[in-house]
Amino acid sequence: MNKLIDSLSQIERTIIPYLNNPLDEIVKKSGLDKTTVLRALGFLESKGFLKIERKSKKIVDLAVNGIHYKKNHLPERKLIIQIEENNNKDLNEIKSLSKLSENEFRAALGNLKKKALISLENGKLKISASKEECSRRFQEEIFLEKLPINLENISEQDKSALESLKNRKNIIEIIEKKDISFSLTESGKEIAGKKISLDLIEEVTPELIKTGVGNKKFRRYDFNIKMPSIYGGKKHFVNQSIEQGKKIWLELGFKEMNGDYTINGFWNFDALFTPQDHPVREMQDTFFIKGVEGKLPNEKLVSSVKKAHEEGIDNSKGWNYKWNENESKKVMLRTHTTCLSSKKLSNLKKENLPIKFFSVNKVFRNETLDWKHGFEFNQAEGIVIDQNANFRNLIGYLKEFAKKMGYEKIRIQPSYFPYTEPSLEGSIWNNERKEWVEVLAAGIFRPEVTVPLLGTAIPVLAWGPGFDRLMTEAHKIKDLRELYKNDINYLRNHNILIK
Amino acid sequence: MTNIIFSRKEFEKHIKITPEIQEKITMFGTPLENINEEEIEIEVLANRPDLISLDGFIRSFKRFLGKEFGIKEYLIKKPESNFKVYVDKSTKEIRPYVSCAIIKKINFNEVKLRDLINLQEKLATTLGRNRKKAGIGIYPLDKINFPLKYEARDPKEIIFRPLGYDKEINAKDILIMHPTGRKYEHLLKESKKYPIFIDSKKNIISMPPIINSEDSGKIDVKTKDLFIECTGFDKNIVEKTLTIIATSLAEAGGIIHQVEIIGEDNGIFPKLEKQKTKISINNVNKLLGINLNENQMQKLIEKMGHNYKKGIVESPSWRVDILHEVDIIEDIAIAYGYENLVPEMPNISTSGEESKESIVKRKLSEILLGLNMLEISTYHLIKPQEVEDYNLKESLELLDSKNEYKYLRPNLLVPMLRILSENKDSEYPQKLFEIGRIFNKNIQKENGIEERDNLILSIIPANATEIKKHIDYLFKMLNLDYQIKELIKPELIEGRACSIILNNNHIGYFGEIHPNILRSQGINMPLAVAEISLEEIYDLIN
Repeated sequence: MNKLIDSLSQIERTIIPYLNNPLDEIVKKSGLDKTTVLRALGFLESKGFLKIERKSKKIVDLAVNGIHYKKNHLPERKLIIQIEENNNKDLNEIKSLSKLSENEFRAALGNLKKKALISLENGKLKISASKEECSRRFQEEIFLEKLPINLENISEQDKSALESLKNRKNIIEIIEKKDISFSLTESGKEIAGKKISLDLIEEVTPELIKTGVGNKKFRRYDFNIKMPSIYGGKKHFVNQSIEQGKKIWLELGFKEMNGDYTINGFWNFDALFTPQDHPVREMQDTFFIKGVEGKLPNEKLVSSVKKAHEEGIDNSKGWNYKWNENESKKVMLRTHTTCLSSKKLSNLKKENLPIKFFSVNKVFRNETLDWKHGFEFNQAEGIVIDQNANFRNLIGYLKEFAKKMGYEKIRIQPSYFPYTEPSLEGSIWNNERKEWVEVLAAGIFRPEVTVPLLGTAIPVLAWGPGFDRLMTEAHKIKDLRELYKNDINYLRNHNILIK
Repeated sequence: MTNIIFSRKEFEKHIKITPEIQEKITMFGTPLENINEEEIEIEVLANRPDLISLDGFIRSFKRFLGKEFGIKEYLIKKPESNFKVYVDKSTKEIRPYVSCAIIKKINFNEVKLRDLINLQEKLATTLGRNRKKAGIGIYPLDKINFPLKYEARDPKEIIFRPLGYDKEINAKDILIMHPTGRKYEHLLKESKKYPIFIDSKKNIISMPPIINSEDSGKIDVKTKDLFIECTGFDKNIVEKTLTIIATSLAEAGGIIHQVEIIGEDNGIFPKLEKQKTKISINNVNKLLGINLNENQMQKLIEKMGHNYKKGIVESPSWRVDILHEVDIIEDIAIAYGYENLVPEMPNISTSGEESKESIVKRKLSEILLGLNMLEISTYHLIKPQEVEDYNLKESLELLDSKNEYKYLRPNLLVPMLRILSENKDSEYPQKLFEIGRIFNKNIQKENGIEERDNLILSIIPANATEIKKHIDYLFKMLNLDYQIKELIKPELIEGRACSIILNNNHIGYFGEIHPNILRSQGINMPLAVAEISLEEIYDLIN
């Protein structure tokens, strides 16, 4: 008991004389603010003097827009006044007269139609109820006047108003309010109401250091109480993984490639021998961009790529169709970082060979967004341009990369891509989950790719593993939307990647 | 790429499935997706449509397992006197290429019939690019009176009973009313005339590539003799498609009878011509990093169903993927076994090099992390509502985005405000930053788009002074001097916002966000931000 009393802080000692009162009284009598009193009660609870009881209730209150509307009318009120003044006028005209935002207008229009106060015929807005009905206060308006209100006490009538307002932006909010009370334990009853004055040292001050401690004791600290957390600055976990990938390629002697995220069809597809009617070039897979057109590179390269497609190059038979320049000029968000490689090859000097490049960067696909689909991905691209490079080397690089990522076993199998031959697909062994995870995609660029870009058929080993599978594994993420959700609590508490 | 399901029972009539065989299926380049008592599901990649049917698959897989070698040869009968198809000039602009075959003495069962229908459908979707390059029609032979004519007519003059209908309708109505008509309507809609096959009694037997006539009938398990036509826009693919179907049926026991096509492109089909490719053993060994002699190479080539003689590979007519020597080399690698290729890291010395931009970005984030700032990473796309809220009408728009994000972000402020409004319940203060790519129209650029890397800092709750202190520190650490100039910007409070100027270039701004914006985004704390373009900094730091 004595030790406990020794460890009482200033604020605890301040409220002990008033502990026989309810919370509000303690705040008043002690002269402390409510937060401080609550903190002191928390400390006392952890020392076993009392027990805090929290009851929560839900309160419906005005949100930012709601406060504004309560003062200046709801959008539907503004709109109906506008329609009454300009009955049977064009929808767009009313819209601009009403000075409502797109969102507000849409909501107001919908609500008035639902109440059958107005109707929309041939693009014109008309009043369809009596004057009296129109000027009667809306359920929503009555409801806003009542706020704040306890959610449990809402009448049936108000419930429909609540539903209609809840879905609109920031009109009302439901706040959880906590009701706090406490009861004293046996030891609490012993000290409650007493004045505890202790002659203890609170803090080490410059003064104290000079004068010395003498016979006085320090107040004891209780480290078992819950302290407020602190948070440091931290890299986003996706970027932590990207750095890990980049580091591996740098260690293996690769130079980093950069480039635009938007690219035209020539570099993303044509230079990579992907025929113009290939499904990947359709809108349902790729994000094309409206209202822009790409410029093609020099004539010589364009005609060489065209030839590779139409009739073949370097003894190839080609794809046998009429190649269309306009298809190449379409601009899109890159679907793979392999377009960085095709650009890189086109301006490479032979005296710099052998040379190796990498990039770990974003690629895009026109996809829906749910727990297992996203539209942004990270790809770890690499190319090795070397007269003597071969298919076994390609497997060697992939194995080394996987090993440095922490995966000892890889398995490869035949695969197909329009721009590589031979091609392979590879999986890594996840030792925790005991399963193969398909992440590697690689091959040697076809001569139809390298001859136009490099001038001759030099082997170019190329790979573009999807990086996101490795990343979600490393961070134990199940829902792909979490990658870019930026929940600050999550980011603050997420462990750092030590690799 | 397409997934194919075979009946396990039919499969095992040829090859017994053991765990070892399962592994071999994947290593043959057709990943095994699923297997149970009844079925076996594999993935067939886009380069091997000849593996879509069970018969086609078994033909190649048997060789891969070493049970047979080289090109499978089929008996092929010359066209009987009236097995002719006259191709009218009117089809030239509409759907120009035709190839046909007759298969006799085929023995179907339910499974084999389903397999054929599946092959027809999958070939037309993949290789035929949804029937555009090539579409296929299959008919019982006994209902057709040869010779046939392939011609194009005004759709109003094309009247017949489409499959599944009990009355005659015209071609226009077929495209509107018939489910298959609606699905492929786009292939004919633009033409003035539509193509049809008519037999010697002037009966319309089909309107390719849409639908057969009900009267010419549907094949069933009892059908013994078949007529197959393939039409489309790609001569090569039309012929290949026909060859794949015909040889797959021949593999199942049918006998191929050729059909004579008379028109601008005369010929007798199917041709089953072997394709020749020159190959050099040096190229093979060099590209794969192995050391085969000619004899070993020949064995591997034959295992993949080709023939080899003195530097020349002959490939079967049903292979669509042999464009170049490298395609044979891949086949050799598959026959050799990918699992037998020993990984090797080459001993070449090159030095790694991080890009200048990456170095600058990394250093910037180090400085900011030292200031206790938390990095966020947001989507590069923004929502239509945001374009409206911030009046960003110039933003680049995507064509037909499938999700709620439809524009490229023109700055980092929009996503930052979204994240802040979604994090109202996280403990304050929140000190955030992001480094990322932004997109704006600029016709000077290669693709009409200017991309820049930007940095945004955001502190909430904070005022403009607080954010300026951070900018000061940042530039001091970079050893750069910047100037400021008062700025009016709708999102910021006037008098509490400045341009950031570096070497006379406006590279960004800092300031306090206007309460109107905060309210509209549901943010209820004072917010100060700074957004800076990094391009000038990249240049100066070099």
